[in-house]
Amino acid sequence: MAKGILVFAEQRDGKIKKVTYELLSAGKKIASQLGEEVSAVLVGKGVSSLAGGLGEYGADKVYVIENDALENYTTDAYANVVADLVKQNEPTAFLLGCSITGRDLAAQVAQKLDTGLLTDCINVMVENGQIVFTRPIYAGKAIINAAIPEARPVMATIRPNVLPVDEPQAGKSAEVINVPANIGNVRTTVKDVIRQVSARPELTEADIIVSGGRGMKGPENFKLLEDLADVLGAAVGASRACVDAGWVPLSIQVGQTGKTVSPNLYIAAGISGAIQHLAGMSSSKVIVAVNKDSEANIFKSADFGVVGDLFEVLPVLTQEIKKLKA
Amino acid sequence: MKIVALVKQTFDSEAKIALEGGKIGRQGISLIMNPYDEYAVEEALKLKEKHGGEVTVVTVGSDEATEAVRQALAMGADQGILVNPGTEDIDESTIATILAKAVSGLEYDLILGGFRAIDDGSAQVAGRVAEILNLPVVNMVTKLEADGGKAVATADIEGGSAVMEVTLPAVITAQKGLNEPRYPSMKGIMQAKKKPLKKIGLGDVSLDASQVAAKVKVLTYSLPPARAAGKIIPGEPAEAAAALAKALREEAKII
Ligand SMILES: Cc1cc2nc3c(=O)[nH]c(=O)nc-3n(C[C@H](O)[C@H](O)[C@H](O)COP(=O)(O)OP(=O)(O)OC[C@H]3O[C@@H](n4cnc5c(N)ncnc54)[C@H](O)[C@@H]3O)c2cc1C
Repeated sequence: MAKGILVFAEQRDGKIKKVTYELLSAGKKIASQLGEEVSAVLVGKGVSSLAGGLGEYGADKVYVIENDALENYTTDAYANVVADLVKQNEPTAFLLGCSITGRDLAAQVAQKLDTGLLTDCINVMVENGQIVFTRPIYAGKAIINAAIPEARPVMATIRPNVLPVDEPQAGKSAEVINVPANIGNVRTTVKDVIRQVSARPELTEADIIVSGGRGMKGPENFKLLEDLADVLGAAVGASRACVDAGWVPLSIQVGQTGKTVSPNLYIAAGISGAIQHLAGMSSSKVIVAVNKDSEANIFKSADFGVVGDLFEVLPVLTQEIKKLKA
Repeated sequence: MKIVALVKQTFDSEAKIALEGGKIGRQGISLIMNPYDEYAVEEALKLKEKHGGEVTVVTVGSDEATEAVRQALAMGADQGILVNPGTEDIDESTIATILAKAVSGLEYDLILGGFRAIDDGSAQVAGRVAEILNLPVVNMVTKLEADGGKAVATADIEGGSAVMEVTLPAVITAQKGLNEPRYPSMKGIMQAKKKPLKKIGLGDVSLDASQVAAKVKVLTYSLPPARAAGKIIPGEPAEAAAALAKALREEAKII
Protein backbone atom coordinates (compact mmCIF):
# COMPACT_ATOMS: atom_id res chain seq x y z
CA MET A 1 0.00 0.00 0.00
CA ALA A 2 1.29 3.42 -0.90
CA LYS A 3 2.41 5.32 2.16
CA GLY A 4 4.41 8.34 3.17
CA ILE A 5 5.80 11.42 1.51
CA LEU A 6 9.27 11.01 0.03
CA VAL A 7 11.45 14.03 -0.68
CA PHE A 8 14.55 14.16 -2.88
CA ALA A 9 17.30 15.70 -0.72
CA GLU A 10 19.30 17.62 -3.28
CA GLN A 11 22.90 18.32 -2.38
CA ARG A 12 25.84 19.76 -4.20
CA ASP A 13 29.47 19.70 -3.14
CA GLY A 14 28.58 18.41 0.29
CA LYS A 15 25.89 20.97 1.02
CA ILE A 16 22.15 20.42 1.18
CA LYS A 17 20.30 22.76 -1.18
CA LYS A 18 17.79 25.06 0.44
CA VAL A 19 14.92 23.71 -1.65
CA THR A 20 15.33 20.41 0.23
CA TYR A 21 14.26 22.12 3.45
CA GLU A 22 11.35 23.73 1.65
CA LEU A 23 10.27 20.31 0.41
CA LEU A 24 10.58 18.77 3.88
CA SER A 25 8.43 21.52 5.39
CA ALA A 26 5.80 21.13 2.67
CA GLY A 27 6.04 17.35 2.95
CA LYS A 28 5.53 17.50 6.71
CA LYS A 29 2.47 19.70 6.26
CA ILE A 30 0.71 17.34 3.87
CA ALA A 31 1.95 14.20 5.63
CA SER A 32 0.42 15.29 8.93
CA GLN A 33 -2.91 15.94 7.22
CA LEU A 34 -2.78 12.48 5.67
CA GLY A 35 -1.49 10.84 8.86
CA GLU A 36 1.69 9.68 7.17
CA GLU A 37 5.42 10.18 7.65
CA VAL A 38 8.05 12.07 5.73
CA SER A 39 11.23 10.53 4.45
CA ALA A 40 14.07 11.82 2.33
CA VAL A 41 16.39 10.19 -0.14
CA LEU A 42 19.96 11.44 -0.23
CA VAL A 43 22.12 10.39 -3.17
CA GLY A 44 25.81 10.97 -3.90
CA LYS A 45 29.33 10.09 -2.91
CA GLY A 46 30.37 10.67 0.70
CA VAL A 47 27.08 12.33 1.60
CA SER A 48 26.00 10.22 4.60
CA SER A 49 27.20 12.86 7.06
CA LEU A 50 24.45 15.14 5.74
CA ALA A 51 21.66 12.69 6.53
CA GLY A 52 21.30 13.34 10.25
CA GLY A 53 20.69 17.06 9.82
CA LEU A 54 17.61 16.41 7.72
CA GLY A 55 15.80 15.17 10.84
CA GLU A 56 15.79 18.68 12.27
CA TYR A 57 13.93 19.83 9.20
CA GLY A 58 11.24 17.19 9.50
CA ALA A 59 12.48 13.95 7.94
CA ASP A 60 11.47 10.88 9.96
CA LYS A 61 13.66 8.63 7.84
CA VAL A 62 16.55 9.31 5.50
CA TYR A 63 17.52 6.77 2.86
CA VAL A 64 21.16 7.20 1.90
CA ILE A 65 22.37 5.87 -1.43
CA GLU A 66 26.11 6.24 -1.75
CA ASN A 67 28.42 5.16 -4.51
CA ASP A 68 31.51 6.47 -6.29
CA ALA A 69 29.51 6.42 -9.52
CA LEU A 70 27.09 8.94 -7.97
CA GLU A 71 29.68 11.67 -7.45
CA ASN A 72 28.66 13.59 -10.58
CA TYR A 73 25.01 13.66 -11.48
CA THR A 74 24.15 11.48 -14.44
CA THR A 75 20.57 10.97 -15.46
CA ASP A 76 20.92 7.20 -15.79
CA ALA A 77 22.65 6.46 -12.49
CA TYR A 78 20.47 8.76 -10.40
CA ALA A 79 17.22 7.74 -12.10
CA ASN A 80 18.05 4.06 -11.65
CA VAL A 81 18.82 4.22 -7.93
CA VAL A 82 16.02 6.62 -7.09
CA ALA A 83 13.39 4.72 -9.09
CA ASP A 84 14.48 1.50 -7.35
CA LEU A 85 14.05 3.07 -3.94
CA VAL A 86 10.63 4.47 -4.82
CA LYS A 87 9.51 1.08 -6.14
CA GLN A 88 10.57 -0.63 -2.93
CA ASN A 89 8.99 1.89 -0.58
CA GLU A 90 5.89 2.82 -2.56
CA PRO A 91 5.37 6.31 -1.14
CA THR A 92 2.10 8.13 -1.73
CA ALA A 93 4.01 11.09 -3.12
CA PHE A 94 7.54 11.85 -4.27
CA LEU A 95 8.57 15.51 -4.31
CA LEU A 96 11.67 17.09 -5.86
CA GLY A 97 12.92 20.64 -6.26
CA CYS A 98 12.39 22.19 -9.68
CA SER A 99 16.12 22.71 -10.16
CA ILE A 100 18.04 21.61 -13.24
CA THR A 101 18.80 18.31 -11.51
CA GLY A 102 15.35 17.82 -9.98
CA ARG A 103 13.61 18.47 -13.28
CA ASP A 104 15.86 16.07 -15.18
CA LEU A 105 15.56 13.32 -12.60
CA ALA A 106 11.81 13.69 -12.07
CA ALA A 107 10.91 13.08 -15.72
CA GLN A 108 12.93 9.86 -15.94
CA VAL A 109 11.72 8.51 -12.61
CA ALA A 110 8.09 9.36 -13.42
CA GLN A 111 8.30 7.44 -16.68
CA LYS A 112 10.09 4.48 -15.09
CA LEU A 113 7.24 4.29 -12.58
CA ASP A 114 4.61 5.06 -15.22
CA THR A 115 3.09 7.82 -13.13
CA GLY A 116 2.05 11.46 -13.53
CA LEU A 117 4.31 14.41 -12.79
CA LEU A 118 3.45 18.05 -12.12
CA THR A 119 6.43 20.33 -12.56
CA ASP A 120 7.35 23.78 -11.26
CA CYS A 121 4.59 23.84 -8.64
CA ILE A 122 4.24 26.83 -6.33
CA ASN A 123 1.95 25.29 -3.74
CA VAL A 124 0.82 21.95 -2.43
CA MET A 125 -2.12 21.16 -0.19
CA VAL A 126 -4.52 18.40 0.80
CA GLU A 127 -8.11 18.74 -0.39
CA ASN A 128 -10.66 16.01 0.39
CA GLY A 129 -7.85 13.59 1.16
CA GLN A 130 -6.19 14.25 -2.19
CA ILE A 131 -2.86 16.01 -2.72
CA VAL A 132 -3.44 19.05 -4.91
CA PHE A 133 -0.69 21.10 -6.55
CA THR A 134 -0.80 24.66 -7.85
CA ARG A 135 1.29 25.60 -10.84
CA PRO A 136 1.52 28.58 -13.17
CA ILE A 137 1.14 27.98 -16.90
CA TYR A 138 1.38 30.25 -19.94
CA ALA A 139 4.24 32.25 -18.51
CA GLY A 140 2.34 32.85 -15.29
CA LYS A 141 -0.71 34.23 -17.06
CA ALA A 142 -2.87 31.41 -15.75
CA ILE A 143 -2.79 29.10 -12.77
CA ILE A 144 -3.99 25.55 -12.43
CA ASN A 145 -4.77 23.32 -9.52
CA ALA A 146 -4.19 19.73 -10.46
CA ALA A 147 -3.98 16.28 -8.93
CA ILE A 148 -2.94 12.78 -9.85
CA PRO A 149 -5.98 10.79 -8.67
CA GLU A 150 -4.91 7.22 -9.37
CA ALA A 151 -1.32 6.71 -10.48
CA ARG A 152 1.20 6.32 -7.64
CA PRO A 153 3.33 7.82 -6.46
CA VAL A 154 1.98 11.30 -7.03
CA MET A 155 5.04 13.15 -8.36
CA ALA A 156 5.82 16.85 -8.46
CA THR A 157 8.70 19.27 -8.65
CA ILE A 158 8.39 22.41 -6.55
CA ARG A 159 9.80 25.79 -7.58
CA PRO A 160 12.69 26.73 -5.27
CA ASN A 161 12.39 29.69 -2.91
CA VAL A 162 8.58 29.83 -2.91
CA LEU A 163 7.47 27.63 0.00
CA PRO A 164 8.48 28.50 3.57
CA VAL A 165 10.98 26.57 5.67
CA ASP A 166 9.77 25.67 9.17
CA GLU A 167 12.02 26.48 12.08
CA PRO A 168 14.38 23.47 12.45
CA GLN A 169 13.91 21.44 15.62
CA ALA A 170 17.34 21.24 17.19
CA GLY A 171 18.36 17.75 18.19
CA LYS A 172 15.55 15.95 16.36
CA SER A 173 17.13 13.09 14.49
CA ALA A 174 16.05 10.94 11.61
CA GLU A 175 16.40 7.22 11.23
CA VAL A 176 19.17 6.77 8.67
CA ILE A 177 18.86 3.78 6.36
CA ASN A 178 21.70 2.88 4.01
CA VAL A 179 20.44 1.50 0.73
CA PRO A 180 22.71 -0.39 -1.67
CA ALA A 181 23.13 1.40 -4.99
CA ASN A 182 22.22 -0.57 -8.05
CA ILE A 183 23.71 1.85 -10.58
CA GLY A 184 22.77 -0.08 -13.73
CA ASN A 185 23.86 0.93 -17.18
CA VAL A 186 25.12 4.54 -17.39
CA ARG A 187 25.09 5.61 -21.01
CA THR A 188 26.52 9.11 -20.66
CA THR A 189 30.11 9.92 -19.73
CA VAL A 190 30.86 13.24 -18.05
CA LYS A 191 33.99 14.52 -19.85
CA ASP A 192 34.29 17.85 -18.16
CA VAL A 193 32.49 20.01 -15.63
CA ILE A 194 32.72 23.77 -15.86
CA ARG A 195 31.65 25.48 -12.65
CA GLN A 196 30.71 29.10 -12.56
CA VAL A 197 32.49 30.27 -9.48
CA SER A 198 30.84 33.19 -7.82
CA ALA A 199 30.85 34.52 -4.31
CA ARG A 200 27.22 35.48 -4.81
CA PRO A 201 24.21 33.30 -4.04
CA GLU A 202 22.67 31.33 -6.87
CA LEU A 203 19.88 33.13 -8.69
CA THR A 204 17.23 30.51 -7.97
CA GLU A 205 18.07 30.42 -4.26
CA ALA A 206 18.86 34.07 -3.63
CA ASP A 207 16.80 36.07 -1.13
CA ILE A 208 17.53 39.24 -3.05
CA ILE A 209 18.18 39.76 -6.75
CA VAL A 210 19.36 42.95 -8.41
CA SER A 211 18.62 42.80 -12.12
CA GLY A 212 19.53 45.04 -15.02
CA GLY A 213 18.03 45.59 -18.46
CA ARG A 214 18.84 47.36 -21.67
CA GLY A 215 18.72 50.61 -19.70
CA MET A 216 22.13 49.64 -18.23
CA LYS A 217 23.48 50.69 -21.63
CA GLY A 218 26.55 48.44 -21.54
CA PRO A 219 28.33 45.64 -19.67
CA GLU A 220 30.65 48.05 -17.88
CA ASN A 221 27.69 49.56 -16.02
CA PHE A 222 26.76 46.26 -14.40
CA LYS A 223 29.32 47.38 -11.82
CA LEU A 224 26.54 49.58 -10.40
CA LEU A 225 24.37 46.49 -9.88
CA GLU A 226 27.24 44.51 -8.42
CA ASP A 227 27.96 47.25 -5.88
CA LEU A 228 24.31 47.22 -4.83
CA ALA A 229 24.31 43.40 -4.78
CA ASP A 230 27.38 43.46 -2.54
CA VAL A 231 25.72 45.55 0.16
CA LEU A 232 22.58 43.40 -0.01
CA GLY A 233 24.27 40.00 -0.32
CA ALA A 234 22.24 39.63 -3.49
CA ALA A 235 22.56 37.77 -6.78
CA VAL A 236 22.76 39.68 -10.08
CA GLY A 237 20.30 38.97 -12.89
CA ALA A 238 19.53 40.47 -16.27
CA SER A 239 16.88 40.76 -18.94
CA ARG A 240 17.23 38.93 -22.23
CA ALA A 241 18.10 42.18 -23.99
CA CYS A 242 21.41 42.26 -22.08
CA VAL A 243 22.10 38.58 -22.79
CA ASP A 244 21.35 38.97 -26.49
CA ALA A 245 23.62 42.00 -26.63
CA GLY A 246 26.41 39.84 -25.22
CA TRP A 247 26.84 41.96 -22.08
CA VAL A 248 26.18 39.14 -19.62
CA PRO A 249 26.01 35.32 -19.79
CA LEU A 250 22.78 33.43 -20.45
CA SER A 251 23.10 31.83 -17.03
CA ILE A 252 21.88 35.04 -15.38
CA GLN A 253 18.92 35.69 -17.69
CA VAL A 254 15.63 35.92 -15.85
CA GLY A 255 12.40 35.16 -17.69
CA GLN A 256 10.48 32.76 -19.79
CA THR A 257 13.57 31.55 -21.62
CA GLY A 258 15.85 32.05 -18.65
CA LYS A 259 15.69 31.37 -14.94
CA THR A 260 12.50 31.45 -12.90
CA VAL A 261 13.19 33.18 -9.61
CA SER A 262 11.18 33.96 -6.48
CA PRO A 263 13.36 36.05 -4.19
CA ASN A 264 12.03 38.09 -1.27
CA LEU A 265 13.18 41.21 -3.08
CA TYR A 266 13.68 41.73 -6.82
CA ILE A 267 15.11 45.06 -7.94
CA ALA A 268 14.65 45.69 -11.67
CA ALA A 269 16.75 48.54 -13.07
CA GLY A 270 16.31 49.66 -16.67
CA ILE A 271 13.96 46.77 -17.41
CA SER A 272 10.72 47.58 -19.26
CA GLY A 273 8.75 44.64 -17.86
CA ALA A 274 7.96 42.60 -20.99
CA ILE A 275 5.64 39.68 -20.31
CA GLN A 276 8.48 37.23 -20.98
CA HIS A 277 10.59 38.88 -18.30
CA LEU A 278 7.70 38.99 -15.81
CA ALA A 279 7.18 35.27 -16.40
CA GLY A 280 10.46 34.62 -14.64
CA MET A 281 10.12 36.90 -11.64
CA SER A 282 6.51 37.79 -10.90
CA SER A 283 6.38 35.34 -8.00
CA SER A 284 8.97 37.50 -6.18
CA LYS A 285 7.61 38.73 -2.87
CA VAL A 286 8.57 42.41 -3.22
CA ILE A 287 9.37 43.98 -6.58
CA VAL A 288 11.16 47.30 -6.98
CA ALA A 289 11.41 49.05 -10.34
CA VAL A 290 13.82 51.81 -11.30
CA ASN A 291 12.98 53.16 -14.73
CA LYS A 292 13.08 56.58 -16.32
CA ASP A 293 9.86 55.96 -18.22
CA SER A 294 6.89 56.41 -15.90
CA GLU A 295 4.75 54.43 -18.37
CA ALA A 296 7.03 51.38 -18.30
CA ASN A 297 5.06 48.16 -17.83
CA ILE A 298 7.28 47.04 -14.96
CA PHE A 299 5.63 49.63 -12.70
CA LYS A 300 2.37 47.66 -12.96
CA SER A 301 4.04 44.77 -11.17
CA ALA A 302 6.20 46.79 -8.82
CA ASP A 303 5.48 47.27 -5.12
CA PHE A 304 7.84 50.24 -5.05
CA GLY A 305 8.89 52.31 -8.01
CA VAL A 306 11.30 55.13 -8.63
CA VAL A 307 10.84 57.06 -11.86
CA GLY A 308 14.29 58.30 -12.69
CA ASP A 309 17.67 57.73 -14.25
CA LEU A 310 19.17 54.55 -12.87
CA PHE A 311 22.67 56.04 -13.15
CA GLU A 312 21.64 58.55 -10.52
CA VAL A 313 19.37 56.30 -8.45
CA LEU A 314 21.49 53.15 -8.05
CA PRO A 315 24.62 54.71 -6.52
CA VAL A 316 22.56 56.62 -3.95
CA LEU A 317 20.49 53.54 -3.17
CA THR A 318 23.69 51.57 -2.58
CA GLN A 319 25.06 54.27 -0.28
CA GLU A 320 21.81 54.63 1.67
CA ILE A 321 21.46 50.88 2.20
CA LYS A 322 25.08 50.73 3.31
CA LYS A 323 24.29 53.41 5.89
CA LEU A 324 21.18 51.58 7.11
CA LYS A 325 23.12 48.36 7.45
CA ALA A 326 26.05 49.97 9.22
CA MET B 1 22.37 10.73 -40.23
CA LYS B 2 18.65 10.21 -39.69
CA ILE B 3 17.26 12.71 -37.25
CA VAL B 4 13.84 13.06 -35.65
CA ALA B 5 12.81 16.45 -34.29
CA LEU B 6 9.93 16.57 -31.81
CA VAL B 7 7.95 19.78 -32.02
CA LYS B 8 4.95 21.33 -30.32
CA GLN B 9 2.59 24.06 -31.37
CA THR B 10 2.18 26.55 -28.51
CA PHE B 11 0.47 29.83 -27.75
CA ASP B 12 2.40 32.91 -28.73
CA SER B 13 4.09 34.20 -25.60
CA GLU B 14 2.41 37.59 -26.12
CA ALA B 15 -1.01 35.94 -26.11
CA LYS B 16 -3.55 37.42 -23.76
CA ILE B 17 -4.94 34.61 -21.65
CA ALA B 18 -8.60 34.63 -20.64
CA LEU B 19 -10.89 32.02 -19.17
CA GLU B 20 -13.87 30.70 -21.14
CA GLY B 21 -16.22 28.36 -19.33
CA GLY B 22 -13.65 27.66 -16.64
CA LYS B 23 -10.91 26.76 -19.11
CA ILE B 24 -8.23 28.63 -21.01
CA GLY B 25 -9.89 30.37 -23.96
CA ARG B 26 -8.49 29.87 -27.42
CA GLN B 27 -10.21 32.87 -28.98
CA GLY B 28 -7.94 35.20 -30.89
CA ILE B 29 -4.81 33.36 -29.76
CA SER B 30 -2.03 33.13 -32.31
CA LEU B 31 -0.02 29.95 -32.34
CA ILE B 32 3.70 29.48 -32.88
CA MET B 33 6.19 26.65 -32.88
CA ASN B 34 7.59 26.32 -29.36
CA PRO B 35 10.81 28.42 -29.49
CA TYR B 36 12.89 25.66 -27.87
CA ASP B 37 11.69 23.26 -30.57
CA GLU B 38 12.88 25.72 -33.21
CA TYR B 39 16.37 25.28 -31.78
CA ALA B 40 15.91 21.52 -32.09
CA VAL B 41 14.80 21.76 -35.73
CA GLU B 42 17.65 24.14 -36.55
CA GLU B 43 20.20 21.80 -34.98
CA ALA B 44 18.77 18.85 -36.89
CA LEU B 45 19.10 20.79 -40.14
CA LYS B 46 22.67 21.81 -39.37
CA LEU B 47 23.65 18.21 -38.68
CA LYS B 48 21.98 17.11 -41.90
CA GLU B 49 23.84 19.79 -43.86
CA LYS B 50 27.12 18.59 -42.37
CA HIS B 51 26.70 14.84 -42.50
CA GLY B 52 23.86 14.25 -44.99
CA GLY B 53 20.73 12.34 -44.06
CA GLU B 54 17.17 13.35 -43.42
CA VAL B 55 15.07 15.13 -40.85
CA THR B 56 11.61 13.96 -39.81
CA VAL B 57 9.44 16.22 -37.69
CA VAL B 58 6.94 14.59 -35.34
CA THR B 59 4.22 16.28 -33.35
CA VAL B 60 1.16 15.34 -31.31
CA GLY B 61 -1.68 17.77 -31.61
CA SER B 62 -4.92 18.69 -33.24
CA ASP B 63 -5.11 19.74 -36.87
CA GLU B 64 -3.99 23.26 -35.82
CA ALA B 65 -0.52 21.88 -35.17
CA THR B 66 -0.09 21.37 -38.93
CA GLU B 67 1.31 24.89 -39.03
CA ALA B 68 4.23 24.03 -36.75
CA VAL B 69 5.10 21.02 -38.89
CA ARG B 70 4.83 23.10 -42.07
CA GLN B 71 7.16 25.67 -40.57
CA ALA B 72 9.75 22.98 -39.83
CA LEU B 73 9.37 21.65 -43.38
CA ALA B 74 9.79 25.18 -44.73
CA MET B 75 12.97 25.54 -42.67
CA GLY B 76 14.28 22.43 -44.44
CA ALA B 77 13.00 19.29 -42.74
CA ASP B 78 12.16 16.47 -45.16
CA GLN B 79 8.92 15.03 -43.87
CA GLY B 80 6.41 15.46 -41.10
CA ILE B 81 4.12 13.32 -39.00
CA LEU B 82 1.21 14.71 -37.02
CA VAL B 83 -0.56 12.35 -34.65
CA ASN B 84 -3.95 13.65 -33.64
CA PRO B 85 -4.94 11.94 -30.39
CA GLY B 86 -8.57 12.91 -30.95
CA THR B 87 -9.06 13.57 -27.23
CA GLU B 88 -8.27 16.40 -24.84
CA ASP B 89 -7.72 14.11 -21.89
CA ILE B 90 -3.98 13.97 -22.40
CA ASP B 91 -0.97 14.84 -20.28
CA GLU B 92 2.80 14.63 -20.67
CA SER B 93 2.94 10.89 -20.05
CA THR B 94 0.43 10.22 -22.78
CA ILE B 95 1.97 12.64 -25.27
CA ALA B 96 5.30 10.94 -24.69
CA THR B 97 3.69 7.54 -25.17
CA ILE B 98 2.23 8.64 -28.51
CA LEU B 99 5.45 10.31 -29.69
CA ALA B 100 7.51 7.27 -28.75
CA LYS B 101 5.15 4.97 -30.66
CA ALA B 102 5.27 7.19 -33.72
CA VAL B 103 9.07 7.47 -33.58
CA SER B 104 9.59 3.75 -32.98
CA GLY B 105 8.30 3.11 -36.49
CA LEU B 106 11.07 5.29 -37.98
CA GLU B 107 14.79 4.81 -38.51
CA TYR B 108 16.78 7.28 -36.46
CA ASP B 109 20.24 8.02 -35.09
CA LEU B 110 19.26 11.01 -33.03
CA ILE B 111 16.09 12.49 -31.55
CA LEU B 112 16.07 16.22 -30.85
CA GLY B 113 13.49 18.23 -28.96
CA GLY B 114 13.15 21.45 -26.98
CA PHE B 115 13.95 21.06 -23.29
CA ARG B 116 10.61 22.59 -22.39
CA ALA B 117 7.59 24.21 -23.96
CA ILE B 118 6.82 27.79 -23.16
CA ASP B 119 3.11 27.15 -22.56
CA ASP B 120 3.00 24.53 -19.82
CA GLY B 121 6.74 24.55 -19.19
CA SER B 122 6.65 20.99 -17.97
CA ALA B 123 10.06 19.89 -19.34
CA GLN B 124 9.35 16.19 -19.22
CA VAL B 125 8.06 14.95 -22.58
CA ALA B 126 11.41 14.38 -24.31
CA GLY B 127 12.86 12.68 -21.24
CA ARG B 128 9.88 10.37 -21.05
CA VAL B 129 10.22 9.54 -24.76
CA ALA B 130 13.86 8.56 -24.11
CA GLU B 131 12.80 6.32 -21.24
CA ILE B 132 10.10 4.59 -23.29
CA LEU B 133 12.47 4.00 -26.20
CA ASN B 134 15.20 2.91 -23.78
CA LEU B 135 17.55 5.65 -24.98
CA PRO B 136 19.89 7.93 -23.02
CA VAL B 137 18.90 11.58 -22.71
CA VAL B 138 20.94 14.75 -22.33
CA ASN B 139 18.86 17.80 -21.42
CA MET B 140 19.47 21.56 -21.82
CA VAL B 141 22.15 21.30 -24.46
CA THR B 142 23.87 24.47 -25.67
CA LYS B 143 26.46 22.87 -27.95
CA LEU B 144 26.28 19.63 -29.90
CA GLU B 145 28.51 17.54 -32.10
CA ALA B 146 27.16 14.27 -33.39
CA ASP B 147 28.94 11.87 -35.71
CA GLY B 148 30.08 8.27 -36.05
CA GLY B 149 27.72 6.75 -33.53
CA LYS B 150 28.28 9.19 -30.71
CA ALA B 151 27.43 12.71 -29.62
CA VAL B 152 29.32 15.18 -27.48
CA ALA B 153 27.01 17.70 -25.84
CA THR B 154 27.59 20.68 -23.58
CA ALA B 155 24.66 20.91 -21.20
CA ASP B 156 23.55 23.20 -18.41
CA ILE B 157 23.94 21.61 -15.00
CA GLU B 158 23.39 22.95 -11.51
CA GLY B 159 25.84 25.86 -11.11
CA GLY B 160 27.61 25.54 -14.46
CA SER B 161 27.85 23.29 -17.47
CA ALA B 162 29.11 19.82 -18.30
CA VAL B 163 30.47 18.20 -21.42
CA MET B 164 28.86 14.82 -21.91
CA GLU B 165 29.49 12.03 -24.32
CA VAL B 166 26.71 9.68 -25.25
CA THR B 167 26.38 6.85 -27.75
CA LEU B 168 23.74 7.20 -30.42
CA PRO B 169 20.88 6.85 -30.77
CA ALA B 170 20.05 9.28 -27.99
CA VAL B 171 17.57 12.00 -27.11
CA ILE B 172 19.02 15.51 -26.87
CA THR B 173 16.99 18.54 -25.73
CA ALA B 174 17.80 22.07 -26.78
CA GLN B 175 18.43 25.00 -24.47
CA LYS B 176 18.57 28.61 -25.61
CA GLY B 177 22.05 29.35 -26.96
CA LEU B 178 22.32 26.14 -29.02
CA ASN B 179 21.88 28.06 -32.28
CA GLU B 180 19.95 30.80 -34.04
CA PRO B 181 16.99 29.23 -35.85
CA ARG B 182 16.72 30.22 -39.51
CA TYR B 183 13.63 31.84 -40.97
CA PRO B 184 11.97 29.81 -43.69
CA SER B 185 12.79 31.25 -47.12
CA MET B 186 10.10 31.92 -49.73
CA LYS B 187 11.44 28.95 -51.67
CA GLY B 188 11.38 26.82 -48.54
CA ILE B 189 7.76 27.74 -47.91
CA MET B 190 6.81 26.77 -51.47
CA GLN B 191 8.73 23.49 -51.26
CA ALA B 192 7.20 22.65 -47.88
CA LYS B 193 3.78 22.38 -49.52
CA LYS B 194 4.99 19.42 -51.59
CA LYS B 195 6.82 17.62 -48.80
CA PRO B 196 5.17 14.56 -47.25
CA LEU B 197 3.11 15.35 -44.16
CA LYS B 198 1.38 12.32 -42.74
CA LYS B 199 -1.64 13.01 -40.56
CA ILE B 200 -2.53 9.99 -38.51
CA GLY B 201 -4.54 9.01 -35.46
CA LEU B 202 -3.99 6.87 -32.39
CA GLY B 203 -5.01 3.68 -34.19
CA ASP B 204 -2.28 4.22 -36.78
CA VAL B 205 0.34 3.96 -34.05
CA SER B 206 -1.40 0.95 -32.48
CA LEU B 207 -2.73 2.78 -29.44
CA ASP B 208 -6.23 3.25 -28.13
CA ALA B 209 -7.65 6.00 -25.97
CA SER B 210 -7.52 3.90 -22.80
CA GLN B 211 -3.74 3.54 -23.17
CA VAL B 212 -3.23 7.27 -23.30
CA ALA B 213 -5.67 8.51 -20.66
CA ALA B 214 -4.12 11.36 -18.68
CA LYS B 215 -2.74 10.58 -15.23
CA VAL B 216 -2.81 14.25 -14.29
CA LYS B 217 -6.22 15.85 -13.87
CA VAL B 218 -6.60 19.61 -13.87
CA LEU B 219 -9.14 20.57 -11.21
CA THR B 220 -9.39 24.32 -11.75
CA TYR B 221 -8.04 27.03 -14.00
CA SER B 222 -7.73 30.56 -12.70
CA LEU B 223 -6.07 33.84 -13.51
CA PRO B 224 -3.34 35.06 -11.17
CA PRO B 225 -4.50 37.62 -8.64
CA ALA B 226 -3.61 41.12 -9.81
CA ARG B 227 -0.75 42.59 -7.81
CA ALA B 228 -1.91 45.45 -5.63
CA ALA B 229 -1.03 48.83 -7.10
CA GLY B 230 2.50 49.74 -6.18
CA LYS B 231 3.79 52.91 -4.67
CA ILE B 232 5.74 55.37 -6.75
CA ILE B 233 8.29 57.11 -4.57
CA PRO B 234 8.35 60.78 -5.50
CA GLY B 235 11.26 63.18 -5.58
CA GLU B 236 14.54 63.83 -7.32
CA PRO B 237 16.55 60.66 -8.02
CA ALA B 238 18.82 61.00 -4.98
CA GLU B 239 15.95 61.88 -2.69
CA ALA B 240 13.78 59.04 -4.02
CA ALA B 241 16.62 56.55 -3.70
CA ALA B 242 17.07 57.43 -0.04
CA ALA B 243 13.32 57.17 0.57
CA LEU B 244 13.29 53.80 -1.21
CA ALA B 245 16.03 52.42 1.03
CA LYS B 246 14.03 53.54 4.04
CA ALA B 247 10.78 52.05 2.71
CA LEU B 248 12.48 48.71 2.05
CA ARG B 249 13.65 48.59 5.62
CA GLU B 250 10.73 50.09 7.53
CA GLU B 251 7.69 49.33 5.39
CA ALA B 252 8.61 46.15 3.55
CA LYS B 253 11.00 45.04 6.32
CA ILE B 254 13.02 43.24 3.72
CA ILE B 255 16.56 44.57 4.08
C1 LIG C 1 9.89 33.81 -27.09
C2 LIG C 1 10.50 34.94 -26.32
C3 LIG C 1 11.12 34.67 -25.12
C4 LIG C 1 11.68 35.70 -24.36
N1 LIG C 1 12.26 35.40 -23.16
C5 LIG C 1 12.73 36.41 -22.38
C6 LIG C 1 13.31 36.16 -21.09
O1 LIG C 1 13.45 35.01 -20.67
N2 LIG C 1 13.72 37.20 -20.34
C7 LIG C 1 13.62 38.50 -20.77
O2 LIG C 1 14.01 39.41 -20.03
N3 LIG C 1 13.11 38.76 -21.98
C8 LIG C 1 12.67 37.76 -22.80
N4 LIG C 1 12.18 38.05 -24.04
C9 LIG C 1 12.35 39.43 -24.55
C10 LIG C 1 11.32 40.40 -24.05
O3 LIG C 1 10.21 40.37 -24.92
C11 LIG C 1 11.90 41.83 -24.05
O4 LIG C 1 12.36 42.14 -25.33
C12 LIG C 1 13.04 42.04 -23.07
O5 LIG C 1 12.69 41.55 -21.79
C13 LIG C 1 13.38 43.50 -22.99
O6 LIG C 1 14.47 43.70 -22.14
P1 LIG C 1 14.65 45.09 -21.38
O7 LIG C 1 13.48 45.33 -20.53
O8 LIG C 1 15.98 45.04 -20.74
O9 LIG C 1 14.76 46.12 -22.58
P2 LIG C 1 13.76 47.21 -23.09
O10 LIG C 1 12.41 46.67 -23.30
O11 LIG C 1 14.43 47.89 -24.21
O12 LIG C 1 13.63 48.21 -21.87
C14 LIG C 1 14.66 49.01 -21.41
C15 LIG C 1 14.07 49.86 -20.31
O13 LIG C 1 15.11 50.62 -19.73
C16 LIG C 1 14.61 51.92 -19.43
N5 LIG C 1 15.77 52.82 -19.38
C17 LIG C 1 16.61 53.17 -20.37
N6 LIG C 1 17.58 53.99 -19.92
C18 LIG C 1 17.35 54.16 -18.60
C19 LIG C 1 18.01 54.90 -17.58
N7 LIG C 1 19.10 55.62 -17.83
N8 LIG C 1 17.49 54.87 -16.34
C20 LIG C 1 16.37 54.15 -16.06
N9 LIG C 1 15.71 53.43 -16.99
C21 LIG C 1 16.19 53.43 -18.25
C22 LIG C 1 13.65 52.21 -20.55
O14 LIG C 1 12.69 53.18 -20.14
C23 LIG C 1 13.02 50.86 -20.80
O15 LIG C 1 11.85 50.68 -20.02
C24 LIG C 1 11.62 37.04 -24.82
C25 LIG C 1 10.99 37.30 -26.04
C26 LIG C 1 10.44 36.28 -26.78
C27 LIG C 1 9.76 36.62 -28.08
